[in-house]
Amino acid sequence: MLQLIARRLGHTALTLLAMSLAVFIGTNLLPGDVADALLGQAATPEATAALRTALHLNESAPLRYLHWLAGLMTGDFGQSLASHISVAQLIGSRLGNSLLLAGLTAALSIPVSLALGITAAVWRGTLFDRITAIGTIAAVSVPDFLVATVAVILFAVELQWFPALSTPRIASIPELFSSFTLPVLTLSLAVVAQMSRMTRAALVGILDSSYVEMARLKGLRPGRIVLRHALPNAAGPIANAAALSLSSLLGGVIIVEVVFNYPGLAKLMVDAVSTRDMPLIQACAMLFCLGYMVLVLLADICSIATNPRLRPA
Amino acid sequence: MGAQVEVAGLCIAARRASGAEADIVHDVSFSAAAGEVVALIGESGSGKTTTALALLGYARPGCRIRAGRIHVGGTDVRALRPADMPGFRGRRVSYIAQSAAAAFNPAHTLMQQVTEGAIIRGLSPRAAHIKAVGLFHSLALPDPDRIGRRYPHQVSGGQLQRVMAAMALMTDPELVVLDEPTTALDVTTQVEVLRAFRAAVRERGATAVYVSHDLAVVAQMADQIVVLRGGRVQEIGATARILSAPENPYTQSLLDAAPSIHTPPTAAKPPKPAPPVLEADALAASYGGPVGVPVLREIGLRLLPGAVLGVIGESGSGKSTLARVLTGLLPAHGGTVRLSGTVLPPAAADRTADQLRQMQIVFQMADTALNPAHSVGRLLARPLTFYHRMGGAARERRVAELLDMVRLPANLATRRPAELSGGQKQRVNLARALAADPALLICDEVTSALDTVVAAAVLDLLAELRRELGLAMVFISHDLATVRSIADDVMIMYAGRAVQYGSRAALARGPIHPYADLLAASVPELRTGWLDGLPPATEGTSPGAARVVANESCAFFDRCPVRLPGLCDTTPTPTQTLSTGATIRCTQPEAELLRLGSAITSAKATSAQPVT
Amino acid sequence: MSDTALRPARFRYGAVLPGWIGLAVVVFWLAVALLAPIIAPHPAGAILRVGTLAPASAAAPFGTDFLGRDMLSRVIYGARYTVGLSLLAAICASAIGSVLGILAAVRGGWTDGVLSRTSDALISLPHLMFALVIVAALGSSLPVLVGLVAFSYIPGAFRIARSLAANVNAMDFIQVARARGEGTPYIVLHEILPNILLPVLTDFGLRFVFSVLLLSGLSFLGLGVQPPNADLGALVRENIEGIYDAAPAVIVPAIAIATLTIAVNLAIDGLLGRSRLTD
Repeated sequence: MLQLIARRLGHTALTLLAMSLAVFIGTNLLPGDVADALLGQAATPEATAALRTALHLNESAPLRYLHWLAGLMTGDFGQSLASHISVAQLIGSRLGNSLLLAGLTAALSIPVSLALGITAAVWRGTLFDRITAIGTIAAVSVPDFLVATVAVILFAVELQWFPALSTPRIASIPELFSSFTLPVLTLSLAVVAQMSRMTRAALVGILDSSYVEMARLKGLRPGRIVLRHALPNAAGPIANAAALSLSSLLGGVIIVEVVFNYPGLAKLMVDAVSTRDMPLIQACAMLFCLGYMVLVLLADICSIATNPRLRPA
Repeated sequence: MGAQVEVAGLCIAARRASGAEADIVHDVSFSAAAGEVVALIGESGSGKTTTALALLGYARPGCRIRAGRIHVGGTDVRALRPADMPGFRGRRVSYIAQSAAAAFNPAHTLMQQVTEGAIIRGLSPRAAHIKAVGLFHSLALPDPDRIGRRYPHQVSGGQLQRVMAAMALMTDPELVVLDEPTTALDVTTQVEVLRAFRAAVRERGATAVYVSHDLAVVAQMADQIVVLRGGRVQEIGATARILSAPENPYTQSLLDAAPSIHTPPTAAKPPKPAPPVLEADALAASYGGPVGVPVLREIGLRLLPGAVLGVIGESGSGKSTLARVLTGLLPAHGGTVRLSGTVLPPAAADRTADQLRQMQIVFQMADTALNPAHSVGRLLARPLTFYHRMGGAARERRVAELLDMVRLPANLATRRPAELSGGQKQRVNLARALAADPALLICDEVTSALDTVVAAAVLDLLAELRRELGLAMVFISHDLATVRSIADDVMIMYAGRAVQYGSRAALARGPIHPYADLLAASVPELRTGWLDGLPPATEGTSPGAARVVANESCAFFDRCPVRLPGLCDTTPTPTQTLSTGATIRCTQPEAELLRLGSAITSAKATSAQPVT
Repeated sequence: MSDTALRPARFRYGAVLPGWIGLAVVVFWLAVALLAPIIAPHPAGAILRVGTLAPASAAAPFGTDFLGRDMLSRVIYGARYTVGLSLLAAICASAIGSVLGILAAVRGGWTDGVLSRTSDALISLPHLMFALVIVAALGSSLPVLVGLVAFSYIPGAFRIARSLAANVNAMDFIQVARARGEGTPYIVLHEILPNILLPVLTDFGLRFVFSVLLLSGLSFLGLGVQPPNADLGALVRENIEGIYDAAPAVIVPAIAIATLTIAVNLAIDGLLGRSRLTD
């Protein structure tokens, strides 16, 4: 089993490497020259040349990639082209905010979606199941920005319960509550919808299996059948579902941080895109990929750990 | 002590896809005295499992017990409320499912699952553990003290089936329902499991309901037989009476169709001496390339035009691989296949269309062998277009001819496979192979998935086609009786090798390979008392997977009753030609094998007497 | 009995009716997109004399936008962009993904290995983030948008098609066809495709929804369709200041997107059966 986990770790590392290549190629697709673009038309040839050297633009692409990769490994993400502050510093000031937002969302949405998905699977075919199904379809079909916008109109403009803009204030519980309720609820909606659907699907297949029928024929009570016979086998698929759904959180975070003007990593990245601040974009992109891969890895480890076939005999 | 069981006027309704409800069990009544074993026998769709589950007060999703009385030991099962269930189902009545592999939860150890029912009903975990180990002992499970620590996937099918029996017996139930508990097992394993089941049920004096499609198996287990068809009772009677003097024509047809190793083989003209249509020499194959897992070793065969070679083996013996290797679906990595004298390229993709045409394969599962998206007419037309460039009216005519050849009405051409019955599908499957005008048919377990009566009809059809068209066949099956009824020559495979290869007469006369002997002895006979008359299993043997052999020694060693330790398991096993002309792979000299008293030859004496 | 009582009968008509409603709404939006120049009361850029971010009136049933343009016409043309671009992207993604997926399943071995590993790596890229990177590099133009949306969903379509085709490929009738000597084109077109067409179409519907969501998300961030043109997402963005007065200019395009995506999902669930896709 440990061997298997080690292999997954290696796989994750390789995928991250592939992603870094993709991000690097993506950000270097533009024909033309970053130095020209940065300095504008008024640039003197000398200034452009100096900048080119500073940015290693004279080197070949593979060499620049290796430089950049080495920088990533050592925590040197380069300099922001727009603000001339080190990228690491910019990110450092925002990372915590984004993690807080994501963490609160996960803490809310994981238990809710598990409860919803399990109940829907156990009560399959009932009115509750149908309503949940239609509700979750609606929630996954609606764009995040729409939910965010409607939330602002409803709760901030009409009802004035919460501020329309969110700043991370965590000094006291009421403050935390007022500044995070809207963004966290908005984000949770899509995550819960997706995760509960996947949880339900994973469990439904297992509830149809012969061994669950056998458990019924052993005279076990329904609660015990679900908890002891169905759920342990669903743990792996459910963990995978959770990882996939939380990754959709990444897309959601981008929208929500923009709508609520929340000073997080995603907002930083969107701003960087409008100023074409490549080093900053690259670093943000890699951080998002890393976050995603960590989630997938955790899910993998969870499904390996719950599968007795993969345990040493 | 067992309970009295009484079922009267039982009707079970099922909801169709259209939403309408229809009865699938009609007015079924039967009863069992305490300690009696009643068999519910019938083919697929007879409602036997549905009826048996009703004894536990259970109906599968979509089904509903609509009417009737079900009494078990004085309890009205239909009056039980959900809250009463734990005290009844799994406690007083327990269930042994067909596929133990699917019915055990992969996430828990065997011990956890076996003791669960007893523990939630108040037995201490320690006492439950001791009781379970006792049951493992009495069910003759290997390593009974520790097998409970394993997970389901770590135990063989036959063992798992016995662990399931232990699980069912943990709460000392008054009634045990056994649902086709040996159907998924190989014959040699089936014998061991049947023995264990019967001893366990008898020991406890429990009442049992045994569901099966196999009359010969039921004959060993039941005091009373209930014959079901289409959800209706056809006949009820004592086992001996049903077997010797069936009153119902359907029961009679079941008895007639049951294959037996003593049935005289269908008379076929001995094939004329001619150059062989198919020859194979030293074939070897493995999954995952030449360095992968070897699945086939040193197979040689020779088939004359119009002759039938039967290939027998248990699951994992490599018999289906042989079919795939001959047809080039799995290219051999050693040896040669010759078709009418020409050496064939190993891979189908490298063979010419005409070579492919001459050798056609028919698969076991007609369900998956026919593309569900195509009509029967299109399925049959394709080989005509592909091999014979036929089109238009000529092709249509030929499709009708083919359907007629396999005794199907011509209007079936417009149907899709999903609209056909199992037997019809298998006939279409055959017709498609015939459309190529082959010289040789490779039939891979073509009757195994069919009900007995339907299978017998398909076998008759095959014999007829062989006579009319002069087709040669390689007939692959796990069933010795079926193979002996159709084949001229028989090859017996074990762990990827042919352990015996010779004429059918040589197999019947003996001497034969010890495995062939075990195989023959394991086929249940259609008479009561057959199981009791069997010699006990070889000391220290456990029916299970074949030994993985690193060297060239005997793979059957662990299960062999006449093994020579220090010789058979260490030195390469020789291939010897017997006086009957058969070749066998065994170290024992011919005289010794003859002395063994082969099951086939010894059984002949009993079969001469009237079946009782 | 107790077990059947646990599971009441399913709502048969309840399951199919939303499907038909969904289909009707999808057809409606397709018609709007197709006929935009004919049914729009005003050209997309025409400014009415009713003021900016005006509420609904007889002259402008959906009010006006932040420049005083007729929202009804803006939404009709916006739908044309949203539906047209997403449809194009989804068709590309599904077609390329499915062809590669079936190919991988049928050829197996080396082809399958390379394609599957590549798809595994690409499927891990968070779509919106990937889109941001590409827009940053190439700028935002219609071909870039269609290309990047299509590229985002090729791996998903590939994975579904491959697993569907691999299931069919394991069936005996494929072995029969191979033993007959059929070539790969026949096996793919006649043996495999008819058996996976329905679920592939279902998947295509889902890809379309994803494309709509991604595209309008990008536009909402100002990185999608650029002014003066606008898709539905861009319409929400450019009128976002109307949010404080709950102006129809923000609400109507938002509702338009929601009805479109929910309708596609309902149609798929009710009529095609999504359950076939859960792999």
